[in-house]
Amino acid sequence: MSTLSDPGTGNEGFHIGKLLSDTRYRSYTLQFITLLALIFGLSYLVNNLLTNLSEAGLNISWDFLGEPAGYDINQRPIEYDSQSTHARASIVGAINTLIVAFLACISATLIGVVAGVLRLSNNWLVSKMMAFYVEAFRNVPVLIWILIIFLAMSGALPQPRDFRGEVPEATMLFDMIAFTNRGVYIPSFVNDGAAAVVFWGVLVASLVGVFAYRRYATKLLFDTGRLLPMGWPSVAILIVPGLLAFFILGRPVGLESPELKGFNFTGGIHLRLSLIALWFALAIYTGAFIAENVRAGIQAISKGQTEAAASLGLRPGRIMNLVVLPQALRVIIPPLISQYLNITKNSSLAIAVGYMDITGTLGGITLNQTGRAIECILLLMLFYLIVSLTISSVMNVYNNSVKLKER
Amino acid sequence: MSDKNSQSVSYVRETFLEQSPPPLKEAGVVKWMRENLFSGWANSLLTIVAIYFVVNIIIDVWPWFANGVWNTKSLAECREILQGANAACFSVLQERGNQMLFGIAYPADQYWRPTLGFVLLFIAAGPVLFNKLPKQMLYFSAAYPFLAFWLIWGGTILTPIMIALGLIAGYYAFTNVERLKGFALGVVAGVAAATVCVWLGGFISGALPGLIALEVIPSRDMGGFMLNMILGTICVSLSLPLGILLALGRQSDLPIIKGICVVFIEFIRGVPLITLLFVASVVLAYFFPPGTNLDLILRVIIMITMFSAAYIAEVIRGGLAALPRGQYEAGDSLGLDYAQNMRLIILPQALKISIPGIVNVAVGLFKDTTLVSVISMFDLVGAIRGPILGSTDWTGVYWEAFGFAALLFFVICYGISQYSQWLERQLRTDHR
Repeated sequence: MSTLSDPGTGNEGFHIGKLLSDTRYRSYTLQFITLLALIFGLSYLVNNLLTNLSEAGLNISWDFLGEPAGYDINQRPIEYDSQSTHARASIVGAINTLIVAFLACISATLIGVVAGVLRLSNNWLVSKMMAFYVEAFRNVPVLIWILIIFLAMSGALPQPRDFRGEVPEATMLFDMIAFTNRGVYIPSFVNDGAAAVVFWGVLVASLVGVFAYRRYATKLLFDTGRLLPMGWPSVAILIVPGLLAFFILGRPVGLESPELKGFNFTGGIHLRLSLIALWFALAIYTGAFIAENVRAGIQAISKGQTEAAASLGLRPGRIMNLVVLPQALRVIIPPLISQYLNITKNSSLAIAVGYMDITGTLGGITLNQTGRAIECILLLMLFYLIVSLTISSVMNVYNNSVKLKER
Repeated sequence: MSDKNSQSVSYVRETFLEQSPPPLKEAGVVKWMRENLFSGWANSLLTIVAIYFVVNIIIDVWPWFANGVWNTKSLAECREILQGANAACFSVLQERGNQMLFGIAYPADQYWRPTLGFVLLFIAAGPVLFNKLPKQMLYFSAAYPFLAFWLIWGGTILTPIMIALGLIAGYYAFTNVERLKGFALGVVAGVAAATVCVWLGGFISGALPGLIALEVIPSRDMGGFMLNMILGTICVSLSLPLGILLALGRQSDLPIIKGICVVFIEFIRGVPLITLLFVASVVLAYFFPPGTNLDLILRVIIMITMFSAAYIAEVIRGGLAALPRGQYEAGDSLGLDYAQNMRLIILPQALKISIPGIVNVAVGLFKDTTLVSVISMFDLVGAIRGPILGSTDWTGVYWEAFGFAALLFFVICYGISQYSQWLERQLRTDHR
């Protein structure tokens, strides 16, 4: 910020004293000194590191990544067994991190938007309840929530073997979903050959169709002023082709419910308690923050906007959709991005409940087994850095697309 | 019209009616309820659902809380008394409360020291937080860090006194040299004077280890909520100046300094605190010269301070960016140099704008101090997870124990955020 140099003295030539007295050159001197200090400091640290490592008989090497890991991971999104390498264990952990972060981001957004809108509700009781929710969850460490939810669920839910019929509260929801103290068992899809592929293809196509229809309707509205109905055609496009395909192809896709075999459930999908607890705690904790962001975003839109829209004759739903929300989104999205980043980073607390994310595999068991602390932690940080930078750049692209276009 | 006089009309009112009270549904509780709870069918439905939830929760929680047992030696004994009734076993707080507050290793006969330190913290923080308190109290605030250090860690009182004297000497050297030779040389002189004084003072306090001494308590014995408070207060106070420097560096015109600050801030903000704590517990020791033995709590303080400094730097950068450019230019045109411009014009305004953000970071940081339990330090959460729930007497009392922990954090964090909102209203200089 210092731009105090006198332009008239430029032709006097340079002498060594000017390195300190002339602001034009002083900045170079300052930066040069800083750079020297930085290089000196870093080399001092690295030198210490090398001395300490050689004294302890260690070295930096990445060979351990290729060695067999020798430990089991209970949630395996890709193929993995205890003979797989440490590198593969880390990848499994990384995918587990992404799974829980993704699930938590979506549910936190839903919870946050609902709570944020309800907090502005005219209903005194509901808005006070939402305020209570937000304050209670924002002001208590997420680690405590993760542990409470994990311990409470493992303590209060029945064991799988109770589902044999002796314990009255141990019954499956719709005969499909079982809440046990080992986790939640939900049905999985059973696909029947090529017909199933066609069915899923039809579903995806109708999803695309909905977007295309809504786009077309908007374009028609803007071009000609003709208003096509939006609600029921969307639902119809979404559901009807899928239903038709399902029955014409002869029910190619079925649900496989978990079944009690002996002391445990088989079949279906097993969502482990650690995943559920982490997911639920992150969602409900971050949801409280997102609720505040949503509330701030809606309140930031001046009342005049709503009134102007009303005076143009728009109905309340349209005011919200066409006037308030597009403007509020601009305020909401930047803090929302940082909440997504927080979820991703907080998912590393998985280690407290034994969910095998990358902190549990690479930063936990692999680190303890191989003793390669520096390498493991470097890789771990690199992974989180890459994820954070990716999320923020993707969301920034979106943010730029909804940003106020100024001349 | 003219023939329509009072005789031709059957009745003419000659006096005003008494003002009647508003109809029942337009006044008092009923009106309030109609407006706020039952203003439409959707709203009424919401209200009924909400009431159902609240009532259900109260029916479940209240007897659990009210019938709680407070005086048993173990959970088994507690369950015997309760006979399967739905009630809490608060005796864990009675029995192990001290461990939750002070950690498992802190000597019980010395509990008064951290307690006194905690109480004095409020007296010391008072004049900083509230402008209306007498300014003389600030002297106590300045002395508090040294007093608290002495109270919590023990040893001779000479050690903190010597450090304090060193800092005072450094401050005088800085002010005197700065007046004559400028800011940069002033800083150099101040640091030099402080170092020399602390170094000399080390001999004096080393020679008299028994003078007004308290029992020395090693850092590894710190634990419980005390550890959270220690980490929270120290790290926030250290990271504030560091964060200001980083923010100024990131805003500066000098590309190398800017680059260093950007890389540091973005790196720290991109990784979770847990990885930094792993660094503190297993890697950081490698970076110190061979033979140095920093204890874990100090290494953790270093890493958490760096962590929160990066976040505070971003908040303050927002404040700096929010200032109109004219403020910088006005400072320049008055002939102030960079240091004067920042200290007198820019930072007071920028920091004022950043207060809510800084408080958010501080609250978040205080909550994040629970993460040290992951690297097996016995802070509040660590003490509950480890020695308390792990003991045979109390395994399974998680609701009571974690509920207590949550309540402690809630009281402090909610208090801080309410204070910051109050302060924001106080500092608002525009007229609304």
